Amino acid sequence: MELQDFSHVRAILEHYPPERRFLLAILQDIQKHYNYIPRASLEMVRDYLDVPLSKLYSMATFYKALSLKPKGKHVIKVCDGTACHIKSSQVIIDEIKKVLNIVPGTTTGDGKFSLETVNCLGSCAVSPVMVIDDRFYGRVAPSMVRDILAEYGRLENERA
Amino acid sequence: MSERDNRTVLVCCGPGCLSNHSLDVYEELKARISKTDIKVDVKTTIKATGCQGLCEKGPMLRIEPDDIFYTCVKVSDVPEIVEKTLLNRQVVERLLYHEPSRNKKVLSPKETRFYGKQMKLALRNVGEIDPFSIEDYIFRGGYKALEKVLSEFSPDEVISEIEKSGLRGRGGAGFPTGRKWRQCARMKDSPRYVICNGDEGDPGAFMDRCIMEGDPHSVIEGMAIGAYAVGSHEGFMYIRDEYFLAIRNMLHAIEQARERGFLGKNILGSDFDFDVQIVRGGGAFVCGESTALMASIEGKVGEPRAKYIRSVEKGLWGKPTVLNNVETWANIPVIINRGAEWFGSIGTEKSKGTKVFSLVGKVKNTGLIEVPMGMTLRDIIFDIGGGIAEGRKFKAVQTGGPSGGCIPESLIDIPVDFDSLDRVGSMMGSGGMIVMDDRTCMVDVARYYLKFLSEESCGKCVPCREGIRRMLEILNDICEGRGRPDDLETLAELGETVKEASLCGLGKSAPNPVLTTLRYFKGEYLAHVNDKTCPAGVCKNLTVYYIDEALCKGCGLCRKSCPSGAIEGQPRQPFAIDESKCIKCGSCMDACRFGAVKTRGRA
Repeated sequence: MELQDFSHVRAILEHYPPERRFLLAILQDIQKHYNYIPRASLEMVRDYLDVPLSKLYSMATFYKALSLKPKGKHVIKVCDGTACHIKSSQVIIDEIKKVLNIVPGTTTGDGKFSLETVNCLGSCAVSPVMVIDDRFYGRVAPSMVRDILAEYGRLENERA
Repeated sequence: MSERDNRTVLVCCGPGCLSNHSLDVYEELKARISKTDIKVDVKTTIKATGCQGLCEKGPMLRIEPDDIFYTCVKVSDVPEIVEKTLLNRQVVERLLYHEPSRNKKVLSPKETRFYGKQMKLALRNVGEIDPFSIEDYIFRGGYKALEKVLSEFSPDEVISEIEKSGLRGRGGAGFPTGRKWRQCARMKDSPRYVICNGDEGDPGAFMDRCIMEGDPHSVIEGMAIGAYAVGSHEGFMYIRDEYFLAIRNMLHAIEQARERGFLGKNILGSDFDFDVQIVRGGGAFVCGESTALMASIEGKVGEPRAKYIRSVEKGLWGKPTVLNNVETWANIPVIINRGAEWFGSIGTEKSKGTKVFSLVGKVKNTGLIEVPMGMTLRDIIFDIGGGIAEGRKFKAVQTGGPSGGCIPESLIDIPVDFDSLDRVGSMMGSGGMIVMDDRTCMVDVARYYLKFLSEESCGKCVPCREGIRRMLEILNDICEGRGRPDDLETLAELGETVKEASLCGLGKSAPNPVLTTLRYFKGEYLAHVNDKTCPAGVCKNLTVYYIDEALCKGCGLCRKSCPSGAIEGQPRQPFAIDESKCIKCGSCMDACRFGAVKTRGRA
């Protein structure tokens, strides 16, 4: 993992003046590029902004958009906004949990899927909604879950 | 060329329609039009607009000036629309909206109850213009208010005008906007900042997103006017990072505004300088709180601070700051253009103007609406919303997001304004309005909001961090069948304490969903605690699904919908549910057309 190429972090840093106010934006950019915030990148940010590592750690754990662990190749976001919730989004989450054998906030062993719940995607009209990468699935029924996930290749943890 | 020689097709690309693949419809229309070699006698422009409102029937499109609107449009419908409507001025009947109240298909949005009862001020351009085009915005009177203010008004006069209009903040608490500006303008310290709060985090709310995506210039213009009034030269828009379309459209709009001299140095030839930048939110609900939001802009963890000193005095970087929500800013140009008196004539005595709501949940016409303050909940839900979906029974409406409350049927005739909603224990909030029917468990709803809030509590103050968690534990117990009779009292007591002792608005309002459901739906709590049943059939541990043999026609629809293979039966014979396999998802109940799938308690 740590053998990654961090030259892009340098490019991100150079994009911003070395001021504390740009810290969140810098971390968001790193998250976007690497799909998580590698420890080595935090050290580079520390040196650039002269902010203690402890503060960076607190930022990275406070904001939901940031993650210290790598995310899966495909990120499944199940909307659990109020409208989706009362249209049984929990049942969809349970079904995905069953099929992939992971709980929200974690990634499958093969690094293929991460499961997340999010609060309202603004698509309440087609609730319950789930998004895989950038693709929307509206009015999802529990019986559709397995087929939708299968579009992304063989399911490793599939139980017979 | 006469007006009829110019035709515009407005394809809705709001969040609801986009997730229904409206962009494909837009692309296909564009491709078809450019390919059509038949001589088109009218110049046709295809525009992707912001949210047109009736999300339930998306993707939708409107054809102007013919005033035709089509709903549920698929890519496969495009050739017919081009051939019939655009080339030959014929209407495609099948795509017209069916107006339930008159039981007929209608041509124009104006003929529908959904649109007919609305009044669009903040949403005046959303769905009408191409958000990428500053020309569209200017054509509809955009930046006139800024021009007027810079040439005719002193900063003090602007503030007086806003005060006179009676505008109150649309972010939730309803603080008078003019008074906030006045307080800031009085400060001696500088620089001063204006901020737009676009960190819309309430689950079930997407109003601000639609404004930022569909009419970004209205927010920029509002902020520029506000900055002029309070003597600020720098503005920030804090937008949720998940709203990448809003950020994209806003960035583009800011760029255009700079090019045209509506932002930057010496705006419109005056000596007023002002510019705006965007800060992307990091996905923390508490950052919707003003002081937490400011900390986040400063590059810190978004924790609120105690507000002994208000942020109009010491806000961003300790300087005087005015923070308003997206919808509030979008209202400012309207007030300047049409006058405080006119604005003040709309709404109720203490709540002026209109309010935008995202009307969602178990209602027929899900969508984005804007109504004059003071309209009753009944009119909103049953007239504009078309009533409860699938003919079920109305149970409650939730307003104000996680800080609001659930309002029961007995109060459905109250007017929607800041004070009336407050009085019944809920609040206006930013404008999520979630309709619930008899299949919604109110205890589960309360638990849902608390779970959300316990995750979003920043943890700085004890009452919020620990209190919410303890309340959630009790609600989990109740929903899972371990509830004890004294739980309800403990919940109420804890709720009052959290309300009283928390540091910021998140904690102070967090118990509202629990307290209102306890107040109006105590019977449902008691059923969970004493009888161990969930009347709505939602709490899994307390619910057993079964098929009423007398009502089952043996059609087998339930079996098809069941994801776990728990339903067996022979055609035309009553089917049965195997309780050991049932995951209690309710798919069968939704699928059954005869009401034969029922629930009972475990006891």
